[in-house]
Amino acid sequence: MPGRVREGETVRFTVFRFDPKSDKVPYYLEYEVPYRKGMTVLDGLLYILQELDPTLAFRYSCRAKICGSCAMMINGVQRLACETQVADLGRRVKVEPLAHFRVLKDLVVDIEPFLRQMEAVMPYLYPKEDVREPRVSPKEFEKYKSPSDCIWCGACVSACPVAATDPLFLGPAALTQLYRFAVDSRERDDVKPLRLLVADSEGSGVWRCHQVYACAEVCPKHIRPGSLIAELKRMTLKARLTGRI
Amino acid sequence: MERHDVIVVGGGLAGLRAAVEAKLRGADVAVVSLLYPMRSHSVAAQGGINAALGNADPSDSVERHAFDTIKGADYLADQDAVLEYCQDAIERVLELDRWGVPFSRFEDGRIAQRPFGGAGFPRTCYAADKTGHAVMHTVFQQALRLGVAFYNERAVLRLARDEDGVRGLVAMNLQTGELEAYEAKAVIMATGGAGRIYARTTNSHQSTGFGMALAYWVGAPLEDMEFVQFHPTTLYGTNILISEAARGEGGILLNAKGERFMERYAPEKMELAPRDIVARAIWTEVLEGRGFENEYVHLVISHLGADLIMERLPQIWELALKFAGVDARKEPIPVQPGQHYTMGGIETDKHGRARIKGLYAAGECACVSVHGANRLGGNSLLECVVFGARAGASAAEDVQRRGFDGKEAVERALEEVEGRIKVLLERGREEGHSNPYRIRRDMQQAMWEYVGIFRDEEGLRKGVETIRRLRKEYRESAGVPAPPGPFNQGLLDALIIEGMLDVALVVAEGALRRTESRGGHYRTDYPKRDDEKWLKHTLAFYTPEGPEFDYKPVVITRWQPTERKY
Ligand SMILES: Cc1cc2nc3c(=O)[nH]c(=O)nc-3n(C[C@H](O)[C@H](O)[C@H](O)COP(=O)(O)OP(=O)(O)OC[C@H]3O[C@@H](n4cnc5c(N)ncnc54)[C@H](O)[C@@H]3O)c2cc1C
Ligand code: SF4
Ligand code: FES
Repeated sequence: MPGRVREGETVRFTVFRFDPKSDKVPYYLEYEVPYRKGMTVLDGLLYILQELDPTLAFRYSCRAKICGSCAMMINGVQRLACETQVADLGRRVKVEPLAHFRVLKDLVVDIEPFLRQMEAVMPYLYPKEDVREPRVSPKEFEKYKSPSDCIWCGACVSACPVAATDPLFLGPAALTQLYRFAVDSRERDDVKPLRLLVADSEGSGVWRCHQVYACAEVCPKHIRPGSLIAELKRMTLKARLTGRI
Repeated sequence: MERHDVIVVGGGLAGLRAAVEAKLRGADVAVVSLLYPMRSHSVAAQGGINAALGNADPSDSVERHAFDTIKGADYLADQDAVLEYCQDAIERVLELDRWGVPFSRFEDGRIAQRPFGGAGFPRTCYAADKTGHAVMHTVFQQALRLGVAFYNERAVLRLARDEDGVRGLVAMNLQTGELEAYEAKAVIMATGGAGRIYARTTNSHQSTGFGMALAYWVGAPLEDMEFVQFHPTTLYGTNILISEAARGEGGILLNAKGERFMERYAPEKMELAPRDIVARAIWTEVLEGRGFENEYVHLVISHLGADLIMERLPQIWELALKFAGVDARKEPIPVQPGQHYTMGGIETDKHGRARIKGLYAAGECACVSVHGANRLGGNSLLECVVFGARAGASAAEDVQRRGFDGKEAVERALEEVEGRIKVLLERGREEGHSNPYRIRRDMQQAMWEYVGIFRDEEGLRKGVETIRRLRKEYRESAGVPAPPGPFNQGLLDALIIEGMLDVALVVAEGALRRTESRGGHYRTDYPKRDDEKWLKHTLAFYTPEGPEFDYKPVVITRWQPTERKY
């Protein structure tokens, strides 16, 4: 159990530091941050930046778990810094960049490979040209409601043991988006088989997923990428059996 | 040097919609954005987007939407622009649906609509309580599909201008720490609101108003900046927004004595009166000692039932739980007002063009004006898509008649930025320099205290003095002790704070001049609206000493100003 921390006490932040331009190896710096009630890990990092060390680099914007900027390792787990209460961690907080991402500086990682994975599944709808006012049944809506919540934070990809070792694997976030568009009837019908072909592709698609569900553990939006990938597997098989792909 | 016909500054909803439009019209377009687009603050919008689709009540109409907007604006909106905006709304929202926005639905499959503050009909379309996220991601996706070019994590620091108008810009590439020059025939500003000039705001850390300063510095006037919206219900502690949707669905407000105090302020509309009225009501309760801990009141939604809460207000429930430790299914949510929306901005016409050739603006950083003195909920996501599209179209059209030829202007701008950076870094090495973050904090506090929900001459004078003093301090002694390089947040923030101070000064001085109360601008010493003297837009022009003011008439077409009662 983490030790209780009270207003006025200090919390020790152990922060991963690395500037590839000047440092050969990463190192850790410790900062003492005065605790306030309700303080989040992001608040603590902002305190360090503004009062102690203006060279610390990290990403943040909304501070309300909706922009996806601030995913990082907090005491060893993928979490959003802005929604993590320091009080839930105790007196010691260790922050490191998202595992399995290349570090650009300190807590900032290169998300370009992640974006390439997303783009590879065509995370956009090809609109039908002849429909002005689409109708969507509440049942269909239920299917893409949850995956539409994705904030592209990368936590699931960082946690996924397959994605960690296999750069070709599309990964849980991208496959979640693939599913999201595959079940949306507002899209042109002729695009659907193409989506399932991408899902089915041997080295990178759904079959690389071993259903470990590490993704679902860490997703701040309570999406269950693993379950949606399982559903995609069923859809893909069915399409194969019926000759659609 | 990078070159594009159209450069959009900002990858939020307005910028993305502008880029998509320019691209669809065949222009060569790039988005240059401080944040990766999907990190922009548009994702935080919760409640919805307005359009008179008539899905909930077929008697709704474009005219009624326009009237509600104009009345909500306390008659300071330009009525010709409002009417066109409400007309465009229908096509823009249906288009969003075709592009894949996960709108909530009625049983018959049409887009669901719900009531929202200040609206006579349920006309707010929504995607649960995550509408901004849903809409912005969808437009971002379409921009990806169409192949819009993106320069992400670039902070634009100066616009380049010569006698023939805006020619390009200078940006810092955060990933390398280097300055970059861009030439363009059209620059569309879409940098969002200025919430962070205030201590308590629902806006993101990156909503600094800096983009407004960029346009202002090259001579574009800022319009109606004294009109700032304070949202009535932000979470006590973090000021994270608790959407109006909570009240739209039936949530009520109670003071510490358990009274439903809105009875005294807006007997008819109650909790659904416009935001400025509800915000002042709550703050009056608190100031008169009927709040909790002299800070907040209670927003109660528990009577709506757990099912409804989890279906329609899931995010609000989660935010209250995570950030205030309150289970809204059982307990009241502690709320207080906070800065929420910047009605003013870079002056544009109804096609998104600013006064200076080559410069355009859309979204929260712009002022058309359709929101006048007070914006209605659900009208600003709409503004982003309507005027984003219009600005994109105007730019795509205009660039056909303009060449590049901005090299010199861009180089001058580059030198200017290099000069500023050098000074900040040099001072940073000296003992006794001022910490820009401290200057910012003092500014935010002064703005909240003196240029906040209730204003009067004495306070406003103090506010203006404080900001002027902080500007002086910034110029004379602000420094950054951080070596140049990638992700130099301290340096970037210091550069941005200069712009924030200028924007704050425009707000404070404009508010001091306007001796009336209207919409978001409430003067206790001039509690009445004064149409004879003040039915006009404020324009602030940059000079190094501070803003110079001018005024221009409001366009009134069909709806004559009457007293605003709810
Ligand atoms: C909590 C909250 C809830 C809201 N709810 C609603 C709602 O329900 N309905 C509604 O209609 N409205 C709502 N609003 C208002 C609405 O969300 C905003 O007005 C709107 O999203 C602003 O969009 P934008 O594109 O203008 O700016 P933003 O989305 O803020 O985007 C600004 C962009 O500019 C970039 N930028 C800024 N400065 C620079 C620079 N110097 N260089 C380069 N790039 C820069 C940023 O990176 C960002 O990409 C809400 C606002 C908030 C804060
Ligand atoms: S699925 Fe969840 S964890 Fe993965 S990127 Fe999306 S929001 Fe983040
Ligand atoms: S700062 Fe936006 S998700 Fe954490």
